[in-house]
Amino acid sequence: MGKIEWAMWANEQALASGLILLTGGIVGVAGQFRGWQFAAYAIAAGAFVCLLEYPRSKRTKGTSVERTGQYCFTVCVKSFGPLTRNYYVRAFLHAALSVPAGFLLATVLGCVCLGIASLIYLAAAIRGEHWEPILPKKEMVRKPDDSMKNPPQNPPPRPPPETRRKRVDDLEGAAYDNPIPVGE
Amino acid sequence: MGNFAANEGLSIFVILVWLGINAFLFVHFYMAFLLERWFYTRVLLGQALSWARAPAACLNFNCMLILLPVCRNLLSFLRGTIQCCSRTAARQLDRNITFHKLVAYMIAFHTAVHIIAHLFNFEYFMDAQLNRNSSLLPFVLSEIGSGDNASFLNPIRTNNTSPTIVLFTTIAGLTGVAITLALILIITSSMEVIRRSYFEVFWYTHHLFVIFFIGLVFHGAGRIVRGQTLPSLQTNDPEVCSTRVEEWGNNGSSCAVPKFAGNPPQTWKWVLGPMILYVCERIVRFYRSHQKVVITKVVMHPSKTLELQMKRKGFHMEVGQYVFIQCPSVSRLEWHPFTLTSAPEEDYFSAHIRIVGDWTQALYEACAGDQTEPQDAWKLPKIAIDGPFGTASEDVFRYEVVMLVGAGIGVTPFASILKSVWYKRIQNNQDVFTKKIYFYWLCPETEAFEWFADLLQSLEAQMTEKGVMDFLSYNIYLTRWKEKEAAHFRVHHEAENDPITGLKQKTLYGKPNWDNEFSNVAAKHPGTKVGVFLCGPPQLGKSLEKQSLSHSEGDVKFIFNKENF
Repeated sequence: MGKIEWAMWANEQALASGLILLTGGIVGVAGQFRGWQFAAYAIAAGAFVCLLEYPRSKRTKGTSVERTGQYCFTVCVKSFGPLTRNYYVRAFLHAALSVPAGFLLATVLGCVCLGIASLIYLAAAIRGEHWEPILPKKEMVRKPDDSMKNPPQNPPPRPPPETRRKRVDDLEGAAYDNPIPVGE
Repeated sequence: MGNFAANEGLSIFVILVWLGINAFLFVHFYMAFLLERWFYTRVLLGQALSWARAPAACLNFNCMLILLPVCRNLLSFLRGTIQCCSRTAARQLDRNITFHKLVAYMIAFHTAVHIIAHLFNFEYFMDAQLNRNSSLLPFVLSEIGSGDNASFLNPIRTNNTSPTIVLFTTIAGLTGVAITLALILIITSSMEVIRRSYFEVFWYTHHLFVIFFIGLVFHGAGRIVRGQTLPSLQTNDPEVCSTRVEEWGNNGSSCAVPKFAGNPPQTWKWVLGPMILYVCERIVRFYRSHQKVVITKVVMHPSKTLELQMKRKGFHMEVGQYVFIQCPSVSRLEWHPFTLTSAPEEDYFSAHIRIVGDWTQALYEACAGDQTEPQDAWKLPKIAIDGPFGTASEDVFRYEVVMLVGAGIGVTPFASILKSVWYKRIQNNQDVFTKKIYFYWLCPETEAFEWFADLLQSLEAQMTEKGVMDFLSYNIYLTRWKEKEAAHFRVHHEAENDPITGLKQKTLYGKPNWDNEFSNVAAKHPGTKVGVFLCGPPQLGKSLEKQSLSHSEGDVKFIFNKENF
């Protein structure tokens, strides 16, 4: 399991937890359960976690697949710099966010799931992973090389006379046959 | 809009039947909890009772179904048996993983509905205990059974607790939390991103299904959902007695105190069968894996492809089948699928393995692929094989005309088919039903050609010798090339043999124009069923499927089959 980037799984788990927290919170508030204040908190926490986790990180190895429309979220998350880049911060943040949700039945599932996500992020952080934004590649403007500005000063190098002799048996083929390979 | 029905009809039918059964179970069990027996329970819970029980029934059904599509030995056996009756039905069994995923999504959906409904139930049960006013029916009902703790209705027995505490102190609550967590972890690790890149995480986490099923079976053991007992219904008719609460149990009253009991757990009746089938499946895999497999030859091909030639006693395969390979010295728990590239007529079986991850890299090193001197046979690692399992490619010889499309490494099942064609037609001179094969190979790099090019070269030579050139027509497409190679191709355009592959049929560049290809085939073979077989990326599959459907007008029918891993 050497090449696994735990952060990829932690991200999926955290996003799912955010959604579960959000749902549990909505149920708690809509049903006016006892302790609905925790549910209201869970709605806010769940939404926040979803927004934070929606943009996927760029993988260190392999192609990264973006989530649909994640570019604006990437820009937002990127702007927090080291706070969002570092996975230790995320691990502790998720652990802290999950605690209040444990006090209401409707949100306890979200709490446990977010706790698990926090543990996986901790594993990712210990392995030295960090969050990289997926940004669109800038167009490379190709400048023509300097040498193309000047016409050649010397004639092309000619091979020794033996190899220059035409192949009389296959004249047509010889017309395309270069004794020295073309290109690098 | 061509022959949609031929290609998709059975799938749609199966899905509709499945959805129909789900809907029926939902409605049926919803209504079942609106009966008299549950009158007092509904006083406490309202409609939330039915909203919890209905998805529970659907969950029983779907959890029964989910184990079945992954019993690949059973499916292979069924496929072989059905094939003689109906090719279409056999093809349906190839979509087993798609069905497994659909059922999984349905399980997730019903779990969500079930949990939300129970959240309300817990809240209402708690409310009933907290509003301790004897004039309220819910409170009176909650007090019933406090003495003997047997005939109670409200599973929350005191007001000195909270729903969360009750969750963790009842069997139903504990098992519920455990299995929901297992389900969530299974789902998040099964996302395509994780599955494709970190297979081990997906595979190991998926084994949480064991916890899921054990928890599921015991989930109802606490009999927490309680209704009025039948004898009690005789002595306390809810319609009449619910308004006469003060009279309950009084001498001379026609309303006794109602008694409640829970239903016995039902889930085991649904899932026991599939669980046993799955256990048998794992036993079969285990037994097959312990049969001795010997590596007879290891060949290292360019483009990081390792070929393993193996023998096992009693091994029998058909064209285009695949096996699961395990190498205990690399990993005791991992089995990875690889298509067989040898033909059934050969005395060994082989697989071409691309080195892309941890396991394949370790296998390559264990087989001494990185060393140039010949190795002693006893130094090669022990290998276990599970299979062979059948896929769509087995059907190739059932069509008169076939179009085979392989992208990159996806050409491997077709290696087996072409070799088999060679053996049958050329060597044995058998009459095969298939009269014409159109083969398309799309590849990004030139180096990947070598091992397959050798095969095509020998095929070409043999066919020229026997004078049967027009049986097989192949088109190789280079989808990417480098500048310096392009110059080389331009220069050698007139050469008789293709500069890359050395074959008489030239390599083409870019991607094929499928519309033209399909039209040409349709024009050349009117009135036939043409099989289209693909092993490659999903986008290519979608476009081929579209082409198959749109060109299936008139008397030519294109039937699309996709290999999926």
